Amino acid sequence: MRNSSLFFLSILSEAVLLGALLLHASFSETTQRGILEHKTMLVKNLRLTDLCLFTEARYTRHLSQADLNTAFQDHPLSLEHFPSGSFTEPNLHNDIP
Amino acid sequence: MTVWIEKQRYIIDFTISSLLRRKVKNIGLLALYTLIVFILASTMFFTYSIKKEAKLILQGSPEIVVQKIVAGRHDLFPVSYIDEIKAIRGVADVESRLWGYYYDSLVQANYTLLTPSKPIDESTSKARTTVVVDPHDPRAADVNKPLYDYDGAAPEAGTLIIGNGVARMREIGPGDYMPFMAFDGQIMNLKVAGTLASESELVSSDLILVNGQDFRKLFGIDDKWITDVIVTVKNPSEIATVAGKIKKKLHDSRPIIRDEILRTYDSIFNWRGGMMIVVFSAAVLAFVIFAWDKASGLSAGERREIGILKAVGWETGDVIQMKFWEGAMVSLTAYFSGVILAYIHVFFTGSAVFEPALKGWSALYPNFALTPFVNAEQLTTLFFLTVVPYTVATIVPIWRAATIDPDSAMRHTGE
Repeated sequence: MRNSSLFFLSILSEAVLLGALLLHASFSETTQRGILEHKTMLVKNLRLTDLCLFTEARYTRHLSQADLNTAFQDHPLSLEHFPSGSFTEPNLHNDIP
Repeated sequence: MTVWIEKQRYIIDFTISSLLRRKVKNIGLLALYTLIVFILASTMFFTYSIKKEAKLILQGSPEIVVQKIVAGRHDLFPVSYIDEIKAIRGVADVESRLWGYYYDSLVQANYTLLTPSKPIDESTSKARTTVVVDPHDPRAADVNKPLYDYDGAAPEAGTLIIGNGVARMREIGPGDYMPFMAFDGQIMNLKVAGTLASESELVSSDLILVNGQDFRKLFGIDDKWITDVIVTVKNPSEIATVAGKIKKKLHDSRPIIRDEILRTYDSIFNWRGGMMIVVFSAAVLAFVIFAWDKASGLSAGERREIGILKAVGWETGDVIQMKFWEGAMVSLTAYFSGVILAYIHVFFTGSAVFEPALKGWSALYPNFALTPFVNAEQLTTLFFLTVVPYTVATIVPIWRAATIDPDSAMRHTGE
């Protein structure tokens, strides 16, 4: 087989594979919709406010509920020492007067 | 048209054999290029999917949460404030919340203890799995089992419902007892009545749902106090106004509206995605220098090759076409391979590469599978970030080399 044919064949197969993955994405979105709705209902029922992603320190677990001076919560002079805290942007400015 | 296609095919044939002559260098370049696309695409897929999932899930979060602030820290909320908030025009309902953290020194993890309020929608408990099972298979899933074990009702006194992460880490389940040390040093043994479904780990992995009485006994909180309140507003467009009124009426309070919660998560993942790119930026930069050098700086061998091609009758346009195909072949292969690998990494292996950065030091990290939200915009952005610059970088310098006299190109072999 010619080199060019091999190249086009490999690009075509990669494009088909990517297309299949995109189809997988769209199908999973449909099938996961039910689970997403249930998660939303659980959040609604339990009145949850945050994702359970950064659990190493109590002030990173509920980021949206944390104090505005979260970074120095342990002690006014202590520097941030939890990795999540240093990866997390400071809480947003509260627009409410 | 057929002649043109045949000509391009011959050029491609020639380009591939030319690339294969410098096998190690070009395969190394392709591998590096694929790795860079993989990192960029993984970051893009991960941050976009988690942002979208957070946005969808947190749509169910409370409209307004009101905390009490003392010296900049949030403090227990007096029950007497509830009536004052109820009196504000536009407020439909005010509900109290009881929640807090418990540090388990045995496994060195922080749990979130919560007292459930009245369930809003009972339909959650009616969700059933629809798997067809073999009736003779004893290990088959129970079709009548609810998709979610928890129906939203508050647990009875002395019992608790645990999140799947807690169950996994402590290796306990329904019927087991879990000891807690109360505020006064007394040990409270609470029975596990159920576990929350593993599908909901992204929001519930560290949750422990307890009865209100047990919660107060554990933390020593008097009936006069609650953690914070949730305010429901009659007209959704008045949320910010009501929050402003609450702040005006109760000076030591801090209202947090749903939009702020959503924006917090949006910005966190923008920030995290940015951090990820900053961490990998040294690698990206090294690759850019390498690729630029490879693409723009012609080696003596390549210069001689162009000279010979021109001497045997190739035109400048043909040489440029050859270089275009060289750039396009390397970048297209890297693009497709990188994107495919990134998709598999993020949505099939649970972002194994990013997990340590996301996990931090948490002992209790949720096991979650992200819903693959991928759109054309992400793929196009990646394409223009990777394929186009490289292809252009290969063509531009060749323009100069391709226009020189073949005789002088072949003579300058020693440079």
